[in-house]
Amino acid sequence: MTARLATHLSITALSVLSAAFILAAPAMAQTKPAAAAAAAPAGAAKLVPAQSDIAFTFRQMGVPVEGHFKKFDAQLAFDPKNAAAGKVSLAIELASATIGDAATDAELVKPEWFDTKKIPTATFQSTSIKTLGGGKFEVAGKLTIKGQVHDTVVPVALTQAGGTTTATGAFAMKRLDFKIGEGEWKDTSIVANDVQVKFKLAIAGMAPL
Amino acid sequence: MTTLNDNDNAHDPDAAPTMPAEADIAAPAPVPMPVLKTRYDGVAMAFHWVLAIAIIGTFSVGWYMADLPFSMTRLKLFNWHKWAGVTILALSALRLLWRLAHRPPADLPMPAWQKLAAHAVHWLLYAAFFAVPLSGWAYSSAAGFPIVWFGVLPLPDFVGKDKALAETLKEVHGFFAYGLGLLVLAHLGAVVKHVVLDKDGLLRRMLPGRG
Repeated sequence: MTARLATHLSITALSVLSAAFILAAPAMAQTKPAAAAAAAPAGAAKLVPAQSDIAFTFRQMGVPVEGHFKKFDAQLAFDPKNAAAGKVSLAIELASATIGDAATDAELVKPEWFDTKKIPTATFQSTSIKTLGGGKFEVAGKLTIKGQVHDTVVPVALTQAGGTTTATGAFAMKRLDFKIGEGEWKDTSIVANDVQVKFKLAIAGMAPL
Repeated sequence: MTTLNDNDNAHDPDAAPTMPAEADIAAPAPVPMPVLKTRYDGVAMAFHWVLAIAIIGTFSVGWYMADLPFSMTRLKLFNWHKWAGVTILALSALRLLWRLAHRPPADLPMPAWQKLAAHAVHWLLYAAFFAVPLSGWAYSSAAGFPIVWFGVLPLPDFVGKDKALAETLKEVHGFFAYGLGLLVLAHLGAVVKHVVLDKDGLLRRMLPGRG
């Protein structure tokens, strides 16, 4: 058992290393800091916003509409080998939400929807992290939007390549739990209650899996 | 009811057609002449009137909703407009197939230029029945809002999400829609001319009834 695990780990390490080498080789000459970040110790993990994405999908009168948040940040104290001790938090600037339609985007910030003037950010604060194996984790935490707090479990899959860790996952939430869409917009036959949230977070400097 | 109808037929001068008499006059070959259709068939009439109402209604909604500020009403109207437009497109396809398989009644006697104008307007109307909804569909897709017919059936996007293209298609859709509007006005103008000035019974070709 131990031997097999060791073999598996060394193979993983080998492939991560070779992947890192292949990816880093062309960039090595110009970007020394990237190499430094890759070698950074655990706990210094940092979100790379330019390569990250948080998207949400909902249906209006049956039509799927996808939106993105353009501004968000994360605090990551997380070692994949000691996930239970990890802490993850996210702050999303709600006014940065866009569905690519100016009229709708202008509407999203209004009190009926995100009410960004009152509470500009949505947050996620982890309470416990479970290791599921194979780079998969289950992050339970408190999701706060518009002052409404709900326990939320988020499955996260990690992959590592070239010093960058990519965290992907998706979860479902109900918009009305967070008072997103008030007044006449509570009508879920027009805008569905179910919202799918999908994310891809690029993280530099996380400890190896 | 039956009695009433029978009486009606008996008193209708047109009920027993002149066909046998004509056949008698053209004595040597007693082959009856084919009955000339003077009306569109029932299916063609149904397509005509259902689509007339649908197109006028959908055009009006489209015209009204275009400049509405963001609201739930606007959202509803846009979706209803799209659902109606796709329905008109589908019915127009069936109508075209029916039209190709069933000849309409012969033209009424009129000057050649009027015949030409009538046929041109009819062909352009058919072109618009397709051009208007197809351009609207493409506009919706390009704007990033795929059409889900009646909120149930997702329709394919034949163009991808593209802001600049959406702006262009918006113009194109409006251009075709106003073009269709002008054709409908020309069509109605011709009907009025035939009913009021010519009194040649043209409108009866598209109305159910006898004679």
